[in-house]
Amino acid sequence: MMLAWLIFVLVGGAILSGIAARVHAALSRWIALLAVLADLAIGLDMAVTSFNSAGAAAGPWLREVNWQWIPQAAIRFHLGLDGLSVLLVLLTLVLGAVAVLVSWNDVARAAGFYYFNLLLVLAGIVGVLLALDLFLFYFSWELMLIPMYFLISVWGRGRSANAAIKFFLFTQLSGLLMLIAILALFFAHHQATGVYSFEYQDLLGTQLSFHVEMWIMLGFFAAFAVKLPMFPFQTWFTDACSEGATAPNMVLASLLAVTPAYAMIRFLLPLFPAATHAISTAVIVLAVIGILYGSILAFSQTNLMRLIAYASVGHLGFVLLGIFAGTPLALAGAVMTLLAHGISIGALFLVAGAVEKRVQSRDIESMGGLWDTIPKLSGVGLFFALAALGLPGMGDFIGEFLILIGTFRVHPVATIIAACGVLAATFYALRFVQRAFQGPNQHSWRLPDVMVREGFVMAILMIVLLWLGIYPQPIFRAFSQSANHVPVFWSER
Amino acid sequence: MNEVNVISLAPLLIVAAASVVVLVAITIRRNHAVAFVLTLLGLGAAFVSAFFTPPGQSTPLLLIDGYALFFFGLLTAASFLVALLAYGYLEARIGKKEEFYVLLLVATLGSMVLAASSHFASLFLGLEVLSVGLYGLIAYLRDRPIQVDAGIKYLVLAGSSSAFLAFGIALVYADLGTLDFAGIANLLRSQSNLNLTLLLPGTVLILTGIGFKLALAPFHMWTPDIYEGAPAPVSAFVATVSKGGMFALLLRYFGQSGADHFTPLLTVISILAIASMITGNLLALFSTNVKRILAYSSIAHMGYLLVTVEAASSMGRNAAAFYLVAYFIMTLGAFGVVTLRSGASRDADLIEDYRGLFWRNPTLALVFTAMLLSLAGLPLTVGFLAKVYVVAAGAAAQVWPLILVLVITSAIGLFYYLRVVTALYQAPSEAAQAPEPAPRIAPAVSLVLVVLTVLLIWFGCYPSPILRVIQSAIGNPV
Repeated sequence: MMLAWLIFVLVGGAILSGIAARVHAALSRWIALLAVLADLAIGLDMAVTSFNSAGAAAGPWLREVNWQWIPQAAIRFHLGLDGLSVLLVLLTLVLGAVAVLVSWNDVARAAGFYYFNLLLVLAGIVGVLLALDLFLFYFSWELMLIPMYFLISVWGRGRSANAAIKFFLFTQLSGLLMLIAILALFFAHHQATGVYSFEYQDLLGTQLSFHVEMWIMLGFFAAFAVKLPMFPFQTWFTDACSEGATAPNMVLASLLAVTPAYAMIRFLLPLFPAATHAISTAVIVLAVIGILYGSILAFSQTNLMRLIAYASVGHLGFVLLGIFAGTPLALAGAVMTLLAHGISIGALFLVAGAVEKRVQSRDIESMGGLWDTIPKLSGVGLFFALAALGLPGMGDFIGEFLILIGTFRVHPVATIIAACGVLAATFYALRFVQRAFQGPNQHSWRLPDVMVREGFVMAILMIVLLWLGIYPQPIFRAFSQSANHVPVFWSER
Repeated sequence: MNEVNVISLAPLLIVAAASVVVLVAITIRRNHAVAFVLTLLGLGAAFVSAFFTPPGQSTPLLLIDGYALFFFGLLTAASFLVALLAYGYLEARIGKKEEFYVLLLVATLGSMVLAASSHFASLFLGLEVLSVGLYGLIAYLRDRPIQVDAGIKYLVLAGSSSAFLAFGIALVYADLGTLDFAGIANLLRSQSNLNLTLLLPGTVLILTGIGFKLALAPFHMWTPDIYEGAPAPVSAFVATVSKGGMFALLLRYFGQSGADHFTPLLTVISILAIASMITGNLLALFSTNVKRILAYSSIAHMGYLLVTVEAASSMGRNAAAFYLVAYFIMTLGAFGVVTLRSGASRDADLIEDYRGLFWRNPTLALVFTAMLLSLAGLPLTVGFLAKVYVVAAGAAAQVWPLILVLVITSAIGLFYYLRVVTALYQAPSEAAQAPEPAPRIAPAVSLVLVVLTVLLIWFGCYPSPILRVIQSAIGNPV
């Protein structure tokens, strides 16, 4: 029951804050913040109690909710929580609260509609992370789209309307392919067993011929690869980020990317072990290209948001590599990178947004010399840039290191090339710091430094990132609670 | 005709009687409100009676079964909402208003007859009654040249399509010697070597007539002009009640006559479906007129619906019924917004008229967004579940090419719906002069929009109740 509240609180908060804006804009954001914090409290409570009584749970899930929804079509409202999903839900809610705080004074118009959309996106993400009914999964997956479209389109700048449409078309078309795949699996399962079911557990062992399994798997994979985004589908992502506002960019890069990675681990690999194994080498090649491509293009960007978006593409290449390497170590690294990437890239967007607010520009060439006037913000920027380039002691390092070790045993060449991507990350991260913060203060700027609200948010993110980097054991222990559902190709070696 | 059969006809009789009552009331004293209320009472009574009418075969022509009663309910409900839209719309305009409701009732009656007919004679009867009503409705505002234009265009094209239909019926009769759907089914089943020389052209000609009414490509040319030319509530009527009745007939004809196992015909239907999906969605891309976009979108939606005919199963029929419910809700809602925004001089049919609506009237913009997103088939709205249901029915019947076309064209479709949605949220342009909305429209039309939005979300999130109604009326689950 508590599990369902995780979603309902967000949906209720979305509606309430939408209505509250008619009274006062401030009421709207307070409601939004309280809803996300209440949700976070529920999530934390669930995580703590679940892990204290670890092993006591009878089924494979720590918590479960299973209600009738559309009985005529065998669709159930079935949610389940395990170690993997609890980590990602907490990440979503933490960054969700950050996103609300970041937008605090910056949403000049239609604040109610803004928070309505923001909370609805979060509800969709949490729904994806918890759904165990494939229809519910698809429903939540699609639920994220419309509000995200509005967040990019209405509150972005410049050509954001076009970027939003591009985002929408890419993700929706690939989502429809997944819908066909889900239905095909549904009917294939019926043919094999005579039972109509969208249940994850039922579908898990469905007997499929390799040919059919491959086609269905590709339908799912298309949706996940576009949304992640995997190379060569990243164009919607970088376009959307370069035009989007700060908080929507955070959600887009840090949270939306979590859902396909999670869905690969939860659904793609377990449901289609043979077919995913067959394409794993091809995916790894694309992942490695993505790592290099993202890092190199990040280096040559002048739009700050776009730079960070390409950096994100590079990190997500590592996640993909870790998932498809098929070793337990690499998989754990992928989850770690997912968490650390969410925090560090989200924080970089936050810093970029704060800088943009002060200098009224996203052009990295027009900055420079900020360290003289806003040293605190510049220092924070340096911190997160170092995190993104994989400095030991922070979460990104742990994740990428594990991925590289885990992959080396099975794909040594790919690992070596991917390691070069880490090197390339150094260049863009340092260029970001040098161009934006260092150098002479040509404009003779006198700018306000970090404010209390900003500082609070940044401090939290820094602490989490350091915690992930220095004492990651709780994360791995939580993840091990779910690892038994996840098949690994190479565990015998 | 014995007593039970007359009772079975109750919904039809009520609507017919209502049209006469309104006509008499007009002769006694012209009063818009009286004609309006009488129409609502008649349609409301017909709707309620559909729930209590005992099913039965009434004369060889009309089969009042659960299927027919379901469509009676749907059609009268839609007509009821159209009347509400029309009241506000007509109130803001000069000229005689009362006859509109007579025509509306007559056209609804024709559509209901179509939904219940089990015989080619009643098919033709229903079609003509519907068309006669529509000729008047489309050209109702005679002071606008574009409307008279549209009316004449419809008259000519509908007349010729009726001729095709009559000729097709004659050919089928010449071959089989019966006009009864069930009789045709018997003959098709019992005779293994049929003489196709007359039957096939006959059936194709009948499909032409039906295709015209449903605006399937390549018989769709009239649609955008009529939608653009007709008053907004009438466009809503053409899109929903007229097409709904015709589609109910098509589905029944296929189910009953056994034509759904007749392979050449299925091929023709597939071609029509694919052509409609592609044509509708592609042409809409190039339009900047909201009414024309909705017209093209309705062509595409009829294409999606044909997938369920192709699926030819009880699941397909259920999916079609659910899709029609969804289609009615969102189409009426979209035209409701157009009605509400329309001024006395012209209808608000340009995208420009809607630019920046969100910043002036957020609620209306959100309602319009919901309707458009539902037409595009996005979740939380009934349009999403309806599309999933259709795809599922198609997947169960393994008509993969159709499903693939459906998916690709829906993705294309997103683009033009989004164009309208994007315009709603852009900064308003000062240059464009939106037609001044008539203030008196508000209450009745707003009520319709509220009801439709609630239904849109409710059925989109929790469709069990309506699915139960459909299944108990039409057929078995999955």
